[in-house]
Amino acid sequence: MQTELQATQSVSTSTSSPSDDLDRRDRAWYIDKLVAMLVFVGGISAIIFIIGIFVFITREGFGFILTRFDVVEFFTSTAWRPTSDQRPTYGALALIAGTASVTGLAMLVSVPFSIGAAIYISEFSSGRVGEVLKVLVELLAAIPSVVWGFIGLTIMNPLIIDTFHVPIGLCVLNSGLILGLMAAPIMTTIAEDALKAVPDTYREAAEALGATRWQVTTRAVLPAAKQGLVAAVLLGVGRGFGETMAVLMASGHAVNLPTSVFDSVRALTATIAAELGETAVGSEHYQALFTLGILLFAVTFSINLAADLMVRGVRKTS
Amino acid sequence: MVAQPITEVPEVSVRNLAIRYGAKPALSGVSLDIRQREIFGIVGPANSGKTSFLRVLNRMDTFTTGMSFEGDVCVGGRNVRDWRNLYALRRRIGVVFPLPVGLPLSVYDNVALAPRLAGVDKKAELDVIVERCLRRAALWDEVKDRLKALGSLLSGGQQQRLTIARALSQKPKLLLLDEFSIAVDPVTTMRIEDVLKELRNEMTVVLVTNLVQQARRLADRTAFFLMGECVEVGDTEDLFTGEVQDQRTRDYLEGRFG
Amino acid sequence: MFEATALNVSNQRLQALVRVLLLLMTVVLILPVVVILSVLIVRGGPVISFDFLFTEPTHGMTAGGILPALLGTVWLVAVALLASVPVGVAAAIYLSEYAPDNWLTRAINLAIINLAGVPSIVHALFGVGAFVLFFKFGTSILAASLTLAIMTLPVVIVSTRESLQAVPKAFREACWNMGATRWQTIWRIVLPNSISGILTGVILEVSRTAGETAPIMFTGAAFFLPFLPQSVFDQTMAMSLHLFVISTQVPNVPDALPFGVALVLIAMVLTMNAVSIAFRTYLRRKKKW
Repeated sequence: MQTELQATQSVSTSTSSPSDDLDRRDRAWYIDKLVAMLVFVGGISAIIFIIGIFVFITREGFGFILTRFDVVEFFTSTAWRPTSDQRPTYGALALIAGTASVTGLAMLVSVPFSIGAAIYISEFSSGRVGEVLKVLVELLAAIPSVVWGFIGLTIMNPLIIDTFHVPIGLCVLNSGLILGLMAAPIMTTIAEDALKAVPDTYREAAEALGATRWQVTTRAVLPAAKQGLVAAVLLGVGRGFGETMAVLMASGHAVNLPTSVFDSVRALTATIAAELGETAVGSEHYQALFTLGILLFAVTFSINLAADLMVRGVRKTS
Repeated sequence: MVAQPITEVPEVSVRNLAIRYGAKPALSGVSLDIRQREIFGIVGPANSGKTSFLRVLNRMDTFTTGMSFEGDVCVGGRNVRDWRNLYALRRRIGVVFPLPVGLPLSVYDNVALAPRLAGVDKKAELDVIVERCLRRAALWDEVKDRLKALGSLLSGGQQQRLTIARALSQKPKLLLLDEFSIAVDPVTTMRIEDVLKELRNEMTVVLVTNLVQQARRLADRTAFFLMGECVEVGDTEDLFTGEVQDQRTRDYLEGRFG
Repeated sequence: MFEATALNVSNQRLQALVRVLLLLMTVVLILPVVVILSVLIVRGGPVISFDFLFTEPTHGMTAGGILPALLGTVWLVAVALLASVPVGVAAAIYLSEYAPDNWLTRAINLAIINLAGVPSIVHALFGVGAFVLFFKFGTSILAASLTLAIMTLPVVIVSTRESLQAVPKAFREACWNMGATRWQTIWRIVLPNSISGILTGVILEVSRTAGETAPIMFTGAAFFLPFLPQSVFDQTMAMSLHLFVISTQVPNVPDALPFGVALVLIAMVLTMNAVSIAFRTYLRRKKKW
C-alpha cells in the first residue's frame, strides 16, 4: 500500500505543473502589497509626529538653551522678568510652583471623588445605571477648556470673593477646583477600567467568606487594582500639568510663590500662552518660552510613559 | 472502487512532513500521496495532527502564530513553498472547518464572494453560480426565498452548509473537509455525503472525520493518523476488512479506542 | 443559627453608608455640567437669536453676531478632519490588521498615548515652529488645522482600531481561506462592519477640535479680522478664541455677550458628543452576528 510512493518521488522537480498558469502575481496581489505599505506609513506617523514635536520645539528654543540658559537660575529663582529693560531674568521657580500648586490642589480634591465614582460605577451600580453614569461623566470631559476658564472667570471668581471675603477670586483655589473637574473624567474612566479588570473570582472568593460588598472592595478588589489606580491618578496629573486655557483664565497673573490657596499664581502653560504673542520670532524671550515648552513636554512624556507601563502591567495580569 | 490511473501527477504529494506549534510537535514523518479526483479520508483520535495536516496544504500556517513545518508538500504538482502567489493557491482549495462561519453579508453575497473576487461580475452568471452551489450544499430550498438574509444570522447547521456552498463557489481543484458534520443534522449529512460522491468527478476531496463509518462510506483510500504520526495509508475497503499493516489501525477502526 | 450578629448588622450599616457616599461622589462629578449649562442659558440666553448666529460683529466686537467665528471654526475643523481621518484610519488598519507583536508596534502605541497627552500649548509651539515657520505656511487656517489634526489624531486611531478589532477573527480567516487578500478582506468585510464605530470616533474628534483654543491661538486664528478668509492660507476667527478674547481683553462688553458665545460653543460641543454617544448606543443594539 505504501509502494506507489516510490513512483512519484520526482514530483517536486517537474518543470511544468498543472498549477503554473494559476500561480501568477495578479492585480489583487500588487494592490495588497501597496496597501500594506500605505497603512504602514500611517502606522508610524504617530512616532514621526511625536518625534517631530520634540524636534521642532527644541529647534526654536535651542538658542536660549545654548546661550542664556542657567540651570540654577531656572529652577531656583522666582524672578521671571523676560521683558525687563536692564537684565532679563528667567527664573522659572514661581511658574513651576504655580503649576504644581494648582495641579496639587486639583488632585487633592479630585482623586477621592474620581476613585469614589469609579468604585460606585464598577462595584455598586447595576449594569444600566452604571452605563448612564459613565455617559454623564463623559459629558464632563466634553466641556472645552476655554469654557471652563470662562466659568472660572465669571462664576467662580465672584463666588470665591463673596464666600471667603478675599479681594481677588482668580487664584489657586479657583483654577484648582476647575482643573480637578477637568481631570476627573479621565481618572474615573481609567480607574473604572482597572477595577473592571480584576477577575470576578477575587470578588466571589471574598463574598463566599461572608464579606459585604464594601469589604470585598476594600480587601480584595482595590489591592488587586492598585497599579491601574495609580496609573489613573498619574494620567490625571498629566492632564492637570498640561492644561492651558482654564489655568490661564482662572489662576490670576501674579508670578510668585503661593502661600495660600487664595494667592494668584502663573502656571508654565499659561505663561507661554500669555507671553508668546508679544515676543519677536527668534528673540531670547521667544526661545525661553519654547524652553518652557520643552520642560512641559519632558514632564508629561515621563508621566505618560510611567502610567502606560503601569496600565500595561494591569492588562498583562488580568 | 473507481479505477485510478497512477501515472497522473498526484493532487497532493507529501514527503517527511513535520509540523510544530512553537516548540510543540504536532505531526512528524508524514509521507503520502493523494491522487487526483479521489476521496481521501483521514481518520484518527483527537490531537493526532489531522487538522494540522490540512492547514499546511493551503498554507494556513502563515496566519497561525507560531506554526511552522518542514518537509516537502506539493499541491497541484508544485511545492507549496514555491507558490509565488499564495492567494492563487488558496483559491484553488476549498476549506470547510468544524465551526460554521456565515459571513455578515447576504446569503447571496456569501456565495457570490469568491466568483466576484475571481472577476465574475455579471448578475446572470452570479445567479447561476449561487443557485448551483447552494443546491449542492443542500441549502437552496431553505434560503431561496431569503437570499438577502444575513449569513451570520442563520442557524448553525445552515451556516455550515453556507460554508460548504462558499467553498464550492471557488470551483476548487481540492476540497478539504474537517469534521464537517459536527454542526449538521444526520439527514443533511447524508445529503452532503451524496454530493461529495458526485464531486469526485470534478475535484479531489480530503475528508478528515471522527466518524469512521463516514470514511468507509465515502473514501476511496484512507489514512490513519495517531498521535502525530501517519500510521498507515491504504484502500478503504482493505483497511476495514482487516487487511492492515499495523495492529493499531485495526484496533482503532474496530472501536477498541477512540 | 443564621440570625444576624452584631458584627453583621454594623457591617451592613457601614455598607449602606458607603454606598450612599459613593453615589454622592459620582453625582458631584455630574452636577457641574448641569450647573454650567443652566448658568450659561440664563445669562447668555438673552443674546441668542438668528441674527446673533448669522451676522457679523459690530462696534469692535462688542455687539452684533458671531458668524465669522462660527464659520472659522467650521473651516478649521473641516480641514483638520481632512488631514487626520485618512492618516488615522490607515494607522488603525495597520495596528489592527497588519502589525506584528513586536517592539515597533509597542513604540507606535506608546507614541499614540503620548501624542494624546502632550499639552495643548506645546502643540501650539510645535505648530508655530513647524507649520508657520519651517514650512512657511504663515499664520493660516492650514497651519492651525494641521496642528489640530496632529493633536486629535490619537482619538481617530483609537476609536477606529477598537471598531476594527470588534469584528470577529473568524470572518477574516474564512475570507483568507478562500484566497482573498488581506486588503480584499478588509475592504469587503472588516471596514463595512466598522464604519459606524469609525464615524462615532470622528464625531467625537469634531467636538474636541471645535473647542480647542491654545493650538490655534498662534497658528492661524485671530480676533479682529475685517474679512472672511478666502483660502486656507488666510487667518480666520474661531469660536473658542473669540470667547477667550472677548471675556479677557475687550472692555465695555455687555454682560450677556460672552455668555452667549460660551453657550453657543458648549451647545455645539455637547450636541456632537450626544450624537456620538447616541449613535454608539444604537449600534450596540443592532447585532449583525
